[in-house]
Formats: sequence, C-alpha cells, structure tokens
Amino acid sequence: MSRNDWICPLYVTQRSEQLMGAFTEHLSITLVAVLAGVVFALPVAVLARRSAWLSTGVVSVGTIVYTIPSVALFSLIYAFSGLSPTTVTIGLALYSLAILLSNTLDGLAAVPADAVDAARGMGYGPWRLLVAVELPLALPTILAGVRIATVSTVALVTVGTVVGFGGFGDLIATGFRANFKAEVLTASVATVLLALVLDGVLLAVQRIATPWSRRRSA
Amino acid sequence: MRGAIDYVSDSTNWQGADGLAARLGEHVQITVITVVIACVVALPIGLWLGHVGRGGALATNVSYIGRAAPTYAILVLLALAPAPFGSNQTSTVTALVLFAVPPILTNAYVGIRGVDPDAVDAAKGVGMTSWQVLRRVELPLAAPLVLAGMRVATTQVIATATIAALVAGGGLGRIITAGFARQDDAQLIAGSLFVATLALLAEGAFALGQRRSARAARPI
Repeated sequence: MSRNDWICPLYVTQRSEQLMGAFTEHLSITLVAVLAGVVFALPVAVLARRSAWLSTGVVSVGTIVYTIPSVALFSLIYAFSGLSPTTVTIGLALYSLAILLSNTLDGLAAVPADAVDAARGMGYGPWRLLVAVELPLALPTILAGVRIATVSTVALVTVGTVVGFGGFGDLIATGFRANFKAEVLTASVATVLLALVLDGVLLAVQRIATPWSRRRSA
Repeated sequence: MRGAIDYVSDSTNWQGADGLAARLGEHVQITVITVVIACVVALPIGLWLGHVGRGGALATNVSYIGRAAPTYAILVLLALAPAPFGSNQTSTVTALVLFAVPPILTNAYVGIRGVDPDAVDAAKGVGMTSWQVLRRVELPLAAPLVLAGMRVATTQVIATATIAALVAGGGLGRIITAGFARQDDAQLIAGSLFVATLALLAEGAFALGQRRSARAARPI
C-alpha cells in the first residue's frame, strides 16, 4: 500500500499545541512589524512631501532597504539584537516601512488640488486639512500598501527561522531536517492561509473605511 | 564590523569551494541562469497578452500570487519532492524561476498596455503589420517598464537564492549559514554585506538601463 507522507490529519491533531505556538509567533511578528511600519511611515511621509528632494530621498532609502535580501538583513540585525523575535520584527518592519512610505507619498500626492483648495477656502488649518481631507482621500492608496506589506511580511516571517524565530518557518525547518513531509506541507499551507485571511480582513477594512470609493465603482 | 572587514581582507577566506570567490560565482551564475529562463518564459506571454489586450486579470493575479507565496516554503517543498526534484540544483532553479516569472510577466503586460493608443494607430495607419507594431512601436515605448520587471525579478532571485542556502542551494547564503553554524559573527556579517552589495549593484545597473531606455522612448 502506498502511503501518503504529505497529508497527515494526525499531525494536525497531535501537534496542535506546536502549531498554535507557531501561529501565535507568526501572527504577532507580522502585526507588530506592519504596525510599526505604519506608525513610522505616516509622519515621515507627511514631513517629507514638503520637498521633492526630501521625498525622493526617503523613497530611495526605502528602495535600498527593500533591495537587501531578507537573510542578509536579518543577519545584519542579528549582530545587534541577537537570536530573538525582535531581530525578525525589526527587519520586516523596515521592509513594511519602505512599501508604506512610497504608497503614502503617492496617495498624498494624488489628492485632488480642488479638494485641498476647497478645504482651505472653508478655513481649514494645515492640521485639519491633513486629518479631515488629505489622509482620508489618500486612504485607499495607503491601505493598498498595508495589504501588500502584510501579505509579503507573512511570507517573509518564515525566513526568520535563520535566527530561530520564523513562526511556521520553524516548523518547515524542523520538518525539512527530519524529512517529515506532513509537517512541512501543513506549515506551508498555514502560512499561505494566514496571508489570505489577513488580506481578506484588510480588504473588508478598506471597503468599510472608504465607502465612497465603493459607491463610485458600483 | 571590524571583524567582517578582517574576514574579507584575509585571502584564505576567498579560496576553496566554500570560499567567498566560489560562493559569489555560484550566486551570480544561478541568478543569471534563472533570470534568463524566466525571461524566455514570461516575456513572450506578457508582451503578447499586452499586444492583443487580453488576460489582464491573469497578468495581475500572477504577481499577487507571487508576492503571497512563501519562498522558503516552496524551496523546502521542492527539496522534499520526488525526482527530478529533491535536494538538488533542479529544485533551486525551478523555485527561483517560479518567483522571477510574475514580475516580468506583469510588467511586460502593463508596459505594452500603457503604450499610447495613438502611436499604435499611427503605426497601423502607415501599414505596419501586427508584429512590426509590437517590435518597432510598442516594445521600445514599453522598454522602461519591461526592464523594471526584470529588475524586480533579478533582486528577487538574488534574495531567494540566499534563502536557498538554508535548504539545498549554494551561493553566498552558505557563507551566512556557515557563519551561524560556527557562531562566527565576522563571517556572517561579511556574507550578508556581500549579498546586500550584489543586490544593490544589480538594482543600480537596471535603474541605469531603465533611465536610458526611458530617455530613448521619450517623444521628440
């Protein structure tokens, strides 16, 4: 009888604790990294857009960081923060920051001048203009960036196994070393599912947060 | 950092099958092979779909899937798969090609679709065949975006080839994994700097080519 090494329901039930641990680690690293990216990207983009020179510079630095391969970036950060989830989180936060900076700048630059003029005419100050007009109008582009950052972060957390904190990536690594195919496949599928679920959640957020864009397309 | 510089300065670390020179050579070689294969596969499809204006959903979804797919997982799955896959070069190249195809295909499609329809109409008006329109009008005008796709693919391959060292591949990633295994920080930092520099050089070279082709494609 040929045995299927790849799919093993018993693995999922008997090692559910291990899977839950990997899931928690994977999810928390992802959320913290993307959130940190958002928290840093927004103010930097708002400040940098004042000058063309500054915004080009900020995006260029982002591109350089984004170009550094993940294994190399994690290893370089490891030299400072050692074998810890922080190492992986900082690396992925930097990638997210790079994606979000360019999307936020694009979104803010695409705000129609008419809307800005109208708000100014109504007596909006710079702060109120930003919060009540510009950021909401840039929101679809910013949220598109958040989705890209989240999906690619989920995929890249697995590489964190190089410093021992890769969420499902750690299960893939141990499964590979032990030639335990069911563990590798389960963890791989779980990684993809996590990316799809988070992307779906963000898509729903995008629809709810920007009802005007849905009405326009409908 | 000082340690890494000492490591690179020591000529013995450059020699041998697992030295810097050999690993750098492997990394460049696999990157070139993979990107060439990916171009051969993806460029005709992307350019043709863009030319006939079909398959837009396919072209964009392919790049979405490419982004969501965990490269490390795919590398391990292929390494455990039966022959011709397994812990060998075939698996590594296959995985790298899989990840290089989406950006090349999508950008070729988007580039051709973005060509000014007036230019295409004018070309048809002077009697160019469909093939001539693609070759002489659409392709030169789309070149900056086509190159952008190849640039993303190349940096992606350099990065994924590094991850391949955790599984079955050679290349500069092996300098890093050996550094971790021997707890030799100088070695792993040196390896990381090499990988980062290689990726940035490739990025810079393509950025330059892109700028040139954009200048050539600009209306006079």
